[in-house]
Amino acid sequence: MAHSAEEVLAGLAGIVEEVAGIPASSVLMDKSFTDDLDVDSLSMVEVVVAAEEKFGVKIPDDEVKNLVTVGDAVNYIVKAGL
Amino acid sequence: MKSRPNSVVVVTGLGATTPLGGDVASTWSALLAGKSGVSTIAGDWRELLPVHIAAAAAVDPSEVLDRVEARKLDRTQQFALIASREAWADAGSPEVPSERLGVVIASGIGGVQTLLGAYDTLKEKGARRVSPYTVPMLMPNGSAAAVGLELKARAGVHTPVSACASGAEALGYAMEMIRSGRADVVVAGGTEAAIHVLPMAGFAAMMALSTRNDEPDKASRPYDKGRDGFVLGEGAGVVVLESEEHAKRRGAKIYGVLAGQGITADGYHIAAPDPEGTGAASAMRLALEDAGIRPEDIVHLNAHATSTPAGDIAEAGAIVSALGAHAKNVAISATKSMTGHLLGGAGAVESIFTVLALYHRLAPPTINIVDLDEAITLDVVRDEPRALPEGPLAALNNSFGFGGHNVALVFKTYDND
Repeated sequence: MAHSAEEVLAGLAGIVEEVAGIPASSVLMDKSFTDDLDVDSLSMVEVVVAAEEKFGVKIPDDEVKNLVTVGDAVNYIVKAGL
Repeated sequence: MKSRPNSVVVVTGLGATTPLGGDVASTWSALLAGKSGVSTIAGDWRELLPVHIAAAAAVDPSEVLDRVEARKLDRTQQFALIASREAWADAGSPEVPSERLGVVIASGIGGVQTLLGAYDTLKEKGARRVSPYTVPMLMPNGSAAAVGLELKARAGVHTPVSACASGAEALGYAMEMIRSGRADVVVAGGTEAAIHVLPMAGFAAMMALSTRNDEPDKASRPYDKGRDGFVLGEGAGVVVLESEEHAKRRGAKIYGVLAGQGITADGYHIAAPDPEGTGAASAMRLALEDAGIRPEDIVHLNAHATSTPAGDIAEAGAIVSALGAHAKNVAISATKSMTGHLLGGAGAVESIFTVLALYHRLAPPTINIVDLDEAITLDVVRDEPRALPEGPLAALNNSFGFGGHNVALVFKTYDND
């Protein structure tokens, strides 16, 4: 189930808006989840689980700590979907 | 009397969200008007129960709070945060160092709707879909923690749990924090949100709830011969307590004095009240002693009176035992006749009613007494509010909980000049 980076970014932005109340338009590739978007560790778990469901991918718990920026997450999901 | 670092604790802020209104003003005016907050439960799940009625909050808390904030808070916590914000603003948002600010918010049951919802999610969708907020939302101290976090209260954040006495116990604990010198300002109250099929099934199994399903607004009827159990309510009440010295220094408006508390336990039965009311009477006597006043000083009493056949009588006997011949001179209000029973929120909401009764010199009515139980020899304020006299006044607020917990609080008027 392959997704383009644009699709994943748009979907992820919607999830971050839903979970953390950050406007989707400010969820950009270079933004850090914690430092820029104020997504704390508990909200990050919600984002990951919602993203797994939306894009039909698996994001192992060990991998979550490497997803510092939105771009990290987008790239991981795109690759995992190939 | 004992000498303490802070001898006088005053009430400087009030906040509430109840079945009668989304804030203190609307709740108080509905209370004086004798309105019932009880109605038929909207959810189809009521059909699973013998009880189809409850006193739901007048204003849905999730519509008051920001959406993202609300989704991380159990309904008990939403109520507590709304009432705390109102109380804090009402107190004039006191400037107090974090280390001198405490929070004591009680709940009888805690985040039971979150707990049961999460279990449904687990069974239907698996463990990974259980929200990471499940534990902070279900823990009984979650409301105190949420309020403490918002106010950056660092003098201690606490959650007494004693079923339906919890809210009153929170105010008593907060008073002691100030008296002992641990804090100058404490935000204290109680919250509950248990109108859900499972806790209601449990209360119904105890035969504790009224089944007057055809007349919801008549179902909560303390002291009436036809009473058949309590009506479950929900909501929160929160007050700002402060040392008199601190309040005067900042020129705060003072509603009244929280002058004393008495806490006892029945040691009798896990749920049934001691028919002798010994523990309840002791709690009232201890509260008077702690406040340094005599029974004759009490003009008003907000009774626990939940509308259960046994409980109302046991408390009435205890009042007579504690206050002696003076009991018949006390204006008794059973406000659960209008709000229903807010469990862990009840003692706090009714403390607000007691404070306002003294402040406005107006005892709220008791509704739905059609046929007064002849075992009740008290002077119950019925249907219309009653004016209280001029001059310094004192009042009692009783709260009792399953487990045999008894808490009596004494409030006094404060001369603001």
